[in-house]
Amino acid sequence: MLRFIAGRLVLTIPVLFGVSVIVFLLAHLAPGDVTTILAGPFATEVVKEKLRISFGLDQALPVQYIKWLGHILQGDFGTSIANRRDVADLVFPKFVNTAILALSSALLAYIIGFFAGIFAAARPYSFSDRIVMGVTLMLGNAPPYWLGLLIVLLISLNWRLLPATGMTNIMGGGGAWDVFLHLIQPMLTTAAAPACIVARIVRASMLEILSQNYVRVARAKGIRRSLILRRHALRNALPPIVTICGLQLGYLLGGVLFVEVIFAWPGIGNQLWQAIQARDIPTIQGATLVIALAFVVVNLAVDAINAYLDPKIRASERAGAS
Amino acid sequence: MVEPILTVEGLKTHFMLREGMLKAVDGISFSLAPDEVLCIVGESGSGKSVTAQSILRLIDPPGHIVDGHIRYRDKDLLALSEREMEKIRGDRIGMIFQDPMTSLNPVFTIGEQIAEGLREHLDLGKKQAQDRAVELLRSVGIPHPEERYKDYPHHFSGGMRQRVLIAAAIACEPDILIADEPTTALDVTIQAQILKLLADVQRRLNSALILITHDLGVVASMADRVLVMYAGEMVEYGDVKTIFEQPKHPYTIGLMNSVIRLDDERDDELRSIPGTPLVPINPPPGCAFRSRCEAALAACATEKSRAHSVADGHLVSCHLIPRSGDNDS
Repeated sequence: MLRFIAGRLVLTIPVLFGVSVIVFLLAHLAPGDVTTILAGPFATEVVKEKLRISFGLDQALPVQYIKWLGHILQGDFGTSIANRRDVADLVFPKFVNTAILALSSALLAYIIGFFAGIFAAARPYSFSDRIVMGVTLMLGNAPPYWLGLLIVLLISLNWRLLPATGMTNIMGGGGAWDVFLHLIQPMLTTAAAPACIVARIVRASMLEILSQNYVRVARAKGIRRSLILRRHALRNALPPIVTICGLQLGYLLGGVLFVEVIFAWPGIGNQLWQAIQARDIPTIQGATLVIALAFVVVNLAVDAINAYLDPKIRASERAGAS
Repeated sequence: MVEPILTVEGLKTHFMLREGMLKAVDGISFSLAPDEVLCIVGESGSGKSVTAQSILRLIDPPGHIVDGHIRYRDKDLLALSEREMEKIRGDRIGMIFQDPMTSLNPVFTIGEQIAEGLREHLDLGKKQAQDRAVELLRSVGIPHPEERYKDYPHHFSGGMRQRVLIAAAIACEPDILIADEPTTALDVTIQAQILKLLADVQRRLNSALILITHDLGVVASMADRVLVMYAGEMVEYGDVKTIFEQPKHPYTIGLMNSVIRLDDERDDELRSIPGTPLVPINPPPGCAFRSRCEAALAACATEKSRAHSVADGHLVSCHLIPRSGDNDS
């Protein structure tokens, strides 16, 4: 198991290298010039050139890349052009905020998805299965900006139950309870689509396993139906489900842009959106890199879990072969 | 006459398909004495497996048992709740399936898969169930059972897996064992070993055995009685000697003629039955075998023959065969 994870870790090095190249180049490919935004539309070419030199933007791209990578490897993400702050100080707290939203949404989505999926798979093609699948089809495809507004309209404006925006109360706010109250609505909005996707994959994967011969053998052994669902079917159905769950978490960690904007959630998606508008290259690069890193870590975790679930990999590790 | 342990009467299992109603099993009746070996023979698609799975009520939609009675001791199996049926499966009636390669759950050790049934039915603790499972593995001829207990199915060959599945099926010492073509997926040399193991197990447990096969050699060596099926229906039913020496139904006769015998002195070609079996989806009226039957009468096209007795315990469904007296079943 450890060996397997070590092998995967080595494989992530070229992935991360590729990611760094793409992240670096994409920020430079974006149209628009930071100097126009900083110095204004009527700035002379001389002023603009001075600004470029001060940010090192006049050098050749490969030189800029090597310098940037060198700094990144030392933990230096550079300085934001737009607000003169350390990119790391800007991006990491925002990423933590996004992680709070993403992880709680993912947890909610997994719980709902698993229950709904197993419920539907246990009674395939029945009326209740069709209801569950119909609802997931609708909710799963509902645009989050629409769903978010609907939720705010209902819960915050009509019922006046929860705060509509932000992460904490400006006056006398703070504390876990306050954050939780602010979290509920964006969490519901972001959890909707992944919950439906997880429910559908759980159902499909379970149904496939339930038609396997070994499930019939388990039934012929007189194993209770609930136990067959939980032990025999779910355990075998897990690998594709884990993969989808990881993918969904990866997307969520990428910053749920619409939801963060609607609910004014101070997350990394929000930050990235502002940086792109300001052509703030170091911040764009830093934020994108953090998101990409999160994605790589989640994928690594998915691989590790699936390896753990597969007795062939576990057993070969035990035997010392690989 | 001993009281039968299992009685099946007029069993009908139909599948509602888009193409129409598939009458996979359409009126099968037989009874099983407590230590009897019954072989069900017939071509692929004749309803042998569906009959076996119907006894344990393992038929899934679109299939349904639409008519008949299945009586085990004093219980009507078709009237039991699903929970009560779960207590019979694996405990009083054990089943072995066709394909050992896909019949074991790949993510659990084989030991766990045997112990599971023991814990479900006999209420054994973890350790007791484990010890008993090791004994069972030893009894079906798995070498080093203590170590193999912890191995996963992918460490086992097909023959070894079928041994494991036999161990799981006999774990609770059932009264009835159902083996649905247990050797079809195996090498010829392994087939003989598995059949010998099945015969040993049946004798040791003193249980009844329903063996589904299309190997008439196996039937001759193992069966007490034989049920011949064609297109979901019973064509002939009797003790093994009668079926082999005095088959009455044209289909059974055809089957017997298509067997290669070592002591055969004929020079002519092996005879086969012309045509292909009827798929019983919305079947036409009359005898299902008539299109392949050389001796078909006018009545065969319009009316099915009911199973009737031609001698004591020998039933045939055919218009060509006269009833013996009036004691039809």
